[in-house]
Amino acid sequence: MTGPDRRPPGEKPRWLDDPANVRKVVIALCAICLALFVADAFYEKHPHYEAESWFGFYAIYGFVVCVGLVLAAKLMRVFLMRGEDYYDRDR
Amino acid sequence: MTAIADLLLPLNPGVALILAGLAATALPAAAGRVAILAIPPVLLAYLFGAELGAHAPVEFLDWRLELFRLDALSRIFGTIFLIAAFLGNLYAIGDDAGRLQRGAAQVYAGSALAAVFAGDLITLFVFFELAAVASVFLIWARGTARAQAAGMRYLIVQVAAGVVLLAGVLIHVSATGSIAFDRLGLDAPGGSLILVAFGIKCAFPFLHNWLQDAYPEATVSGTVILSAFTTKLAIYALARSYAGTEMLIWVGAAMTAFPIFYAVIENDLRRVLAYSLNNQLGFMVVGVGLGTELALNGTASHAFCHILYKALLFMSMGAVLLRAGTCNGSDLGGLYKTMPWTAGFCIVGAASISAFPLFSGFVSKSMIVTAAANEGYWGVWLVLLFASAGVFHHSGIKIPYFAFFAHDSGKRPGEAPPAMLAAMAITAFLCVGIGVYPAPLYALLPFPVDYHPYTTYHVVNQLQLLMFSALAFTVLMLTRVYPPELRSTNLDTDWFYRRAARDLALAAWRAIDAAYGAATRALVDIARFVIADTRRGFGPLGPFGRAIRVGNGVAWIAAMLLAALLAAYAGG
Repeated sequence: MTGPDRRPPGEKPRWLDDPANVRKVVIALCAICLALFVADAFYEKHPHYEAESWFGFYAIYGFVVCVGLVLAAKLMRVFLMRGEDYYDRDR
Repeated sequence: MTAIADLLLPLNPGVALILAGLAATALPAAAGRVAILAIPPVLLAYLFGAELGAHAPVEFLDWRLELFRLDALSRIFGTIFLIAAFLGNLYAIGDDAGRLQRGAAQVYAGSALAAVFAGDLITLFVFFELAAVASVFLIWARGTARAQAAGMRYLIVQVAAGVVLLAGVLIHVSATGSIAFDRLGLDAPGGSLILVAFGIKCAFPFLHNWLQDAYPEATVSGTVILSAFTTKLAIYALARSYAGTEMLIWVGAAMTAFPIFYAVIENDLRRVLAYSLNNQLGFMVVGVGLGTELALNGTASHAFCHILYKALLFMSMGAVLLRAGTCNGSDLGGLYKTMPWTAGFCIVGAASISAFPLFSGFVSKSMIVTAAANEGYWGVWLVLLFASAGVFHHSGIKIPYFAFFAHDSGKRPGEAPPAMLAAMAITAFLCVGIGVYPAPLYALLPFPVDYHPYTTYHVVNQLQLLMFSALAFTVLMLTRVYPPELRSTNLDTDWFYRRAARDLALAAWRAIDAAYGAATRALVDIARFVIADTRRGFGPLGPFGRAIRVGNGVAWIAAMLLAALLAAYAGG
């Protein structure tokens, strides 16, 4: 998904080399997520805090903080990223 | 066994590991490798043969040192240290680690083990520092200029921590007269200094960067061994002497959160693991800060599980580094095709650190999170949930994904050597075993356990958190929002001493150099002027030094005599 594929020519492609199969994996993941989200209706919760009893709290929280994490980290690159040899220069 | 244990009782297993390890290192390579594999299991048997409460006091000068204290807390840390020593030694066979590295690893592991069983602060200090000195050889053995420099920085930080520890111990001992290594707390004399020393070794925020700086520069097997001991020894020391110190809850929460931002953008996958190591230590520090029985059980069990899955992850990335020659996410991808076993073991480690149900992290980390919720720290609880989702994101997915899947890098490295695969297999087995059947681990914990990880809501909630974290990763990947792996250095607190302090020192040096140059030039100018002036007056052509012919001299004398004669007449 990132960068060019450099599979040596003539090598037999694997199952995951087929983009259609990668799509299947993604669809399976989405199905699992959907099932887990719906599952919230079917078990007894033992919340410490009120937020935990909201429908799908863990799912939504997990998704939102991870997107936030990546966006924040991406922003950090602007300030913190330097060349690979940053500390090796001017020796 | 008990009889043997009684006979050998005064012997701290750590000291035994150092001595036997060094003796084994002196053997020829093949025999030595087998011998060092046999030592940890024997010591483990010895440990479980001895009774809890056993101790070995020794009179030394005016002090009564406790060279060996066996209780539930020291036993669980000692147990996992011995397991880690065994696994590290097995793995190192595949790395073809040289004699120096093998010997250093035994002294390092043995010192950490000896420190765990130390019952007094002097013994603790001695073995803590011996561990620091021995461990740096695992970094230097890499042989690169980067490793040389990183090792030196690491050693300076470790020794500095040791000096702070010594200062704290001296203040404590002179004020209280006690060298006992027990509960100290911040209010004890020297307590804050000792906490800072443990904090450095435990990689508290702003004191942390020696870890991310040095560990990824060590040898393939060196990093695996380093990852187990120093920081977990510090966790043990904190649990022993600072349990219930509220400040640690906040410090720990910060530790779980900030490293994961770095982990997302870091390219060197072993450095990503070093950041996530820091994040996992945060959970344990929170547990120590909470200080309840559940929380301390959580800290001890999480340290146990963490040493295993973190070692497993470092082992898999070490195998990649060994075979593919690089550990940079930007240069890897598609390695599952030729390193399927390593990829599989890496995924087991990733699932364990992410605390998937049926893997080890699930049965230990949740104790700490639950304890935080029980004590009413809802902000900390939210941070811990964030960190739990985040650790899956950067360690659970990023590590296996960029190394073994992602795009095909075209690299076709061979599978890891058999000894490495064996070490990874055993570690993976333990990770899954603890996750499926946590009872033996729970039996080792310092307090009685009344905790059941496998409840419906816990399993479902954890799966929701993790799978939606995975969904976020997938969405960000497909939309190309996810930051690509780039060859880069990310600035962290080491910037202050590697760049700012260095630039400051360089600027100061240049200023001194310029001032010295100007001063010497001025002196030279003065000297030149004096020489030139003297030359003008007294040189061969100067009025005082000009050579005069004899005839002229006679004429001068005649003229002077004439002048004197005229003056005499005029006067007379």
